[in-house]
Amino acid sequence: MIEVIGLTKRYGGKTAVDDLSFTVRPGHVTGFLGPNGAGKTTTLRVVLGLDAPTGGAATVGGVPFRSHRRGLHHVGALLDAQQVHGGRSATAHLSALARSNGIGRRRVGEVLAEVGLTDAAHRRVGGFSLGMKQRLGIAAALLGDPPVLMFDEPINGMDPEGVRWVRHLFRRLAAEGRTVFLSSHLMTEMEHTADQLVVIGQGRLIAAEPLRAFADRGTRRRVTVRTPQPAVLAAALTAAGATVDAAPDHLAVRGLSAERIGALAFANAVELHELTTRTTSLEEAFMEITAGHADHLAGSR
Amino acid sequence: MTTSLQPAPAVAARTRAAVPPARFADLVAAEWIKLWSLRSTPWTLGLATLFVVGAAALAAKADYDNFPFYEPETQREHMFSLGDAFPQEGYLTLMLVAASLGALTVVSEYGSGLIRATTAAVPARGAVVLAKAVVTAAVWAVTGIVIACGSFAASQAILAGRDAAVSISDPVAIRAVAASALLAPVCALIGLGLGVLIRHTATTMVTGVFLLIMLPTMFSSDKRWSAELGHLMPGIAWNRLVTDWMPPPHPGYFPATVTESWLVLTLWPVALLVPALLSVRRRDV
Repeated sequence: MIEVIGLTKRYGGKTAVDDLSFTVRPGHVTGFLGPNGAGKTTTLRVVLGLDAPTGGAATVGGVPFRSHRRGLHHVGALLDAQQVHGGRSATAHLSALARSNGIGRRRVGEVLAEVGLTDAAHRRVGGFSLGMKQRLGIAAALLGDPPVLMFDEPINGMDPEGVRWVRHLFRRLAAEGRTVFLSSHLMTEMEHTADQLVVIGQGRLIAAEPLRAFADRGTRRRVTVRTPQPAVLAAALTAAGATVDAAPDHLAVRGLSAERIGALAFANAVELHELTTRTTSLEEAFMEITAGHADHLAGSR
Repeated sequence: MTTSLQPAPAVAARTRAAVPPARFADLVAAEWIKLWSLRSTPWTLGLATLFVVGAAALAAKADYDNFPFYEPETQREHMFSLGDAFPQEGYLTLMLVAASLGALTVVSEYGSGLIRATTAAVPARGAVVLAKAVVTAAVWAVTGIVIACGSFAASQAILAGRDAAVSISDPVAIRAVAASALLAPVCALIGLGLGVLIRHTATTMVTGVFLLIMLPTMFSSDKRWSAELGHLMPGIAWNRLVTDWMPPPHPGYFPATVTESWLVLTLWPVALLVPALLSVRRRDV
């Protein structure tokens, strides 16, 4: 469990994080979402004890992370995959980290296999693609088998296969009862991976809630429905307060969740061939809710 | 469907391996792995050794060749012999290389950002700096001993051909070899301390070169205050310890004492590592 309590961090005169409070619970993949410059990385650094807070506190498992003399068994973290020494092999990089925490060499081989880098184990990291470096950073985070894992933009530079692998990994780690905290500025990625969200903008909390609840807050959310009985369903949906646009082969529904639409179809004995929440809905919710919070939102709306 | 803000779902209890104790020896081993997993390390140490020993051999060869043309008194006293073993060009280079490699163990981590992974793995930052200092001191002490013994042996072997060698049993020769062996780890630790304090690669390197090479040339030995300041320089202290004879002090001439020079050499690393250890705890990484 990660707890951030009234956290403020200023660098010189610039406030990066402003009185931020939230809790990240075990057993979930929690997405940490916000536009560039919102303060995500700063928050992660303070949680890891790399930067000292100007005010407030951050704890992991109830204690400040810095109170540990060794960290890998408590928190596994990937802050920036580029932050490795290019002259070392993957094995050497991980071996040094492992040894500093009293972790044996066998574990290095295990995590390299886990992230699919066994064949590249003895190659110098400088020649790795960004996606391979992300895998190496994830391997480092896994070394100590920690109950809490934090990843800053872990899918940057990953190929589609890698993205699928990493989503599966994060969900598995959460299912094992770990706390998985994952920052990204890519809303669509969160939709596929996270079930909880912490959303910040300009260093302040915007939302901390289940991903679905956040997505539902977007008023422009749309659900695509295909049915052989469009007229019947459209009438039922409109009666329930939805706005329905009829296209030739589907209905575009606003104002009701897919769950509600499915329930209404069932109640009206309407056969459904498709019931899809538009994948941009989270993105749209994000854009709507963070509008005015973003530092670098230039003409994107 | 309402996915919840409830606490964790029921999950299988995971058995975690016991957390191993935090041992300083593990940090030293980790730094050892880091140092030797870079190809540049053996190359740098090997080339530095060859260069310094080679410089001593060349200095001795020059005196060997010129020997027949020296005054009989010079031939008899052969005051040049110890100086040939520890030539300035060789040992100034050694100071630079040792300080740079010592600094690199730290600034390369800050430069690449690796320091964040290191610090997240070991939140006890002071212990990491100390472990780096232990590895740096050990590696450079061994290198320093090899270089000092090598340059003494090579130069004296050449000069023995003119019957102008200094014996290693000579107290001044022992002192000179010991001081020359000490010079490398001292400079490496100075570089490491500067690296922790400055963090920025280029600034650290320029500061190191200025402090070790340029600054000592700015002091004169004929003004007392200037000479006393000069005696605080590691290079000048080393120079005093490898010089077998100096005229006694008189007005307008203020040489450093041997004791003072030993103190200067040993206190430089301490004077930098103490503030380095204090600052590394406080600053953001």
